[in-house]
Amino acid sequence: MPLLPLMAMLSACNRAVLNPAGDIAVQQRDIIYISTALMLLIIVPVIALIVLFAWRYRAGNKDATYDPHFDHSTSLELVIWSAPLLIIICLGALTWWSTHLLDPFRPLDRVAAGKPIDPKAKPLVVQVVSLDWKWLFIYPEQGIATVNELALPVDRQVRFELTSANMMNTFYAPTMAGMIYTMPGMRSTLHAVLNRPGVYDGMSANYSGAGFSDMRFKLYGVDQGGFDAWIGRIKASGRTLDTASYLALERPSEKVPAMYFGTVDTTLFDRAYNRCVKPGTPCMSDMMRKGAHGGAHGGAHGGNGKARTDKAQPEGALLKDADERRGGESLTPAPGAKATPAPHSHQER
Amino acid sequence: MPDHSLARTIFGRLTIESFPIHEPILLVTFIVVALLGLGIVGAVTKYRLWGWLWREWFTTVDHKKIGIMYMILGIIMLLRGFSDALMMRAQQAIAFGSNGGYLPPHHYDQIFTAHGTIMIFFVAIPLIVGLVNYVMPLQIGARDVAFPFLNNLSFWLTVAGALLVMISLFVGEFSRAGWLNYVPVANLQNSPDTGPDYYLWALQIAGVGTTLSAINMVTTILKMRAPGMSMMKMPVFCWTALCSNVLAIAIFPVLTGAFALLMLDRYAGTNFFTNDLGGNPMMYWNLVWIWGHPEVYVLVLPVFGIYSEITSTFTGKRLFGYSSMVYATVVITILSYLVWLHHFFTMGSGASVNSFFGIATMVISIPTGAKIFNWLFTMYRGRIRFELPMMWVVAFMLTFVVGGMTGVLLAVPPADFVLHNSLFLVAHFHNVIIGGVVFGLFAGMDYWFPKAFGFRLDRFWGKVTFWGWVIGYWVAWTPIYIVGLMGTTRRVNHFDDPSLQIWFVIAAIGAVIILIGILAFVIQIAVSIKNRDKLRDTTGDPWDGRTLEWATSSPPPAYNFAFQPVAHDLDAWFDMKERGAQRPVSGFQPIHMPRNTGAGVILAALATALGFAMVWYIWWLAAVSFVGLIVVAIGHTFNYKRDYHIPADEVAKTEGERTKLLATGA
Repeated sequence: MPLLPLMAMLSACNRAVLNPAGDIAVQQRDIIYISTALMLLIIVPVIALIVLFAWRYRAGNKDATYDPHFDHSTSLELVIWSAPLLIIICLGALTWWSTHLLDPFRPLDRVAAGKPIDPKAKPLVVQVVSLDWKWLFIYPEQGIATVNELALPVDRQVRFELTSANMMNTFYAPTMAGMIYTMPGMRSTLHAVLNRPGVYDGMSANYSGAGFSDMRFKLYGVDQGGFDAWIGRIKASGRTLDTASYLALERPSEKVPAMYFGTVDTTLFDRAYNRCVKPGTPCMSDMMRKGAHGGAHGGAHGGNGKARTDKAQPEGALLKDADERRGGESLTPAPGAKATPAPHSHQER
Repeated sequence: MPDHSLARTIFGRLTIESFPIHEPILLVTFIVVALLGLGIVGAVTKYRLWGWLWREWFTTVDHKKIGIMYMILGIIMLLRGFSDALMMRAQQAIAFGSNGGYLPPHHYDQIFTAHGTIMIFFVAIPLIVGLVNYVMPLQIGARDVAFPFLNNLSFWLTVAGALLVMISLFVGEFSRAGWLNYVPVANLQNSPDTGPDYYLWALQIAGVGTTLSAINMVTTILKMRAPGMSMMKMPVFCWTALCSNVLAIAIFPVLTGAFALLMLDRYAGTNFFTNDLGGNPMMYWNLVWIWGHPEVYVLVLPVFGIYSEITSTFTGKRLFGYSSMVYATVVITILSYLVWLHHFFTMGSGASVNSFFGIATMVISIPTGAKIFNWLFTMYRGRIRFELPMMWVVAFMLTFVVGGMTGVLLAVPPADFVLHNSLFLVAHFHNVIIGGVVFGLFAGMDYWFPKAFGFRLDRFWGKVTFWGWVIGYWVAWTPIYIVGLMGTTRRVNHFDDPSLQIWFVIAAIGAVIILIGILAFVIQIAVSIKNRDKLRDTTGDPWDGRTLEWATSSPPPAYNFAFQPVAHDLDAWFDMKERGAQRPVSGFQPIHMPRNTGAGVILAALATALGFAMVWYIWWLAAVSFVGLIVVAIGHTFNYKRDYHIPADEVAKTEGERTKLLATGA
């Protein structure tokens, strides 16, 4: 049985997490290896001792010493507590150091081992909005946007800014870097770099409802020329992502193929994150600013009443009229009946 | 339409459409469950057992019977939770490429939610509470728990919660928001259906039961120990039960509070966890994990106690490093409050916060490691009898250290960034829950079954159970670790990459091997009942035990001990045997005992009605059952017939029979 995991490990080595294409993921993989090795220092002897003692001191073995009064040994206790302590001190130091070094908020200082970053080169900015259930990528400098397709020039630092329109998702491209949550009303940041050209998988790793399993995207690692060509192709596609098309796109949909927008309203990301894409909705940043200045004078909640009408926040069950209380429908509609809308959709009831 | 709104007033949002009559899987399940239920009801009626069940079991306040009922509940729910697991494994084994599998996301999402919810709240908790309920009072030489009625009520409230989850299978739907009912998925806006409501009401009601039970156990351990049993002479199982229940008292109110706020969001339109208007979903994540991480230790600590008792008994040695074991347990208890954030390092809390919680998590492995070493050195220079319980201990140690290692790995934030929400994580927690908690529960059942019923469990079928679980675990979860390292994430309904399929097929085979283990366990019980005369133990001490539960007969009389034992040593019963202490055979006194009451069943039935009514918006029924709850609860306080005395003659008669039995056995 111990052979099974071993063989499996070998085949797993060729795959995403253990065979990264980006410097951050490489370092994260190395942390996995180093920590595992550190822990094996104590795990392997323990496993060996369990097997040895279980065998040697079996009741049938009359040669083994039986000492029913051996129940305390101060020196052994010291070893028992200090051996794991020493491992954890090493691992703790590694944790403190590597967590700060690989903090997703921290700009990179190298694009790969031995290749320090050019201090003059600005990172490529990609804004990520997780919609139900697809990924929207906005390239503000290039003025384009895509859905479910992400292309990055290799060996160039990328700064992802991430938020979500509704559900919480996790932005995860395992070959490039670790995952990071996208959360409604919040902005997270991830610095990463891709070093090896190729086509990789990306996905949402955090369950977010019905369309979650197909919330995947392709990640293309290309050289600078290829990247420029890719931008050019998208610019030529001619579609525009503005407020109206964003609101249409935001509606829940599943298994969405890649989409390209040649021009994009670059204020969209900030408005998505401040939850005011829909015209007339007060932005969170404004509400907070008012709150900070207005304080106790009631200004803080100025936007709330308005927002309630605009956002179509569903009312609590106790506040609804009898006829409005629905949503208890079963899995499938009766044959011939009108299809029950998927419970995750935001249709007005 | 007036009649239409009348129907709504009477039935709330419950309509004929709420019953899944077009869903073949559910319909067949419903028919099977209904037939089984009818069969049981018919048999009970035919053999006129209702009165006996009501008087001897349902209304009982005897901690031993309540313990057994908890175990039965846990085992029944294990069958349900495991069916969900088999369905998931089958789905993931076939759903590749263009094949969408047989479970659409809508159904699949309910199954993984129900699986986690049931396995933690209605399998692991009842089985552990059951064992603690049965064994702990005997180990401390008590006649019952501190609050016998509360114990009965706690059990029935847990049943009420389980019942609501089971009802959701056939009436309406269960939650699709994961086993912690995560927002924003569980927000009213995203899930207007009954799912999250079923979840919330089931767990709120069961949670009250768990909290009350924890208060009961802590009080019992602190106040009702036999004379001479100082805290540091208490069996390790009681120590771990104490720490586990102290944890439960501290954390369950947090969960109840978080669920109450989510209920307000869903019923009163507040905005605690909504996306807009100042609500914050992440707050919910923090609150549920402040409960969720210590909950892991609520489950695993008592199991550590079980392993300690068994190791000591079957090696024929006093436990190595008893005080070190106790301190380790207390340290784990305290540290477990300080690590919840490791469940969402990837939220972006910043490097220093993540490092703190990562290192705090690793520190827990030090006392846990010390425990492993203590069991190891208890085996050292022992004389190990590999009976079924001891086999589970060795399998646990070998399996659990691997789970511990992957757990510490996940506590390193940069490693967690690539492994979080992956199947590696799922494999890790099944590694510690199956390899730790489940193995320990089976060990405990094999170990204490003869105490509860007076005969041992069949050894052959016990071995089949053991190998089914141990081999099944490794075959099912090793491939899941591997696909996790390949970057495969959890809760996915179907996959694109066909090269992954082989691993999921192996995992499904592993699940089938575990199924063999579970079926063998059911057979083991049936065969043991059939052969009970051959497996009979007349001594009350079949394993040459060391703690007080083995001092009384098997099964123990209602009063547990005719005279309260006096403890002089950590292994009180072993010490008595060594000193040749004589069992008293005369001078019996009447014994003061708590009286049975039906109030617990009635309260739980009303709580079930309240939950069901709130789920379906049947406001009149909710109001009636709520008022009913208050009235019955207050009414019960006026019930002054709460106790009785077992006359001295009867005690003398029971003890006399045991004296005869012991004489024939010897």
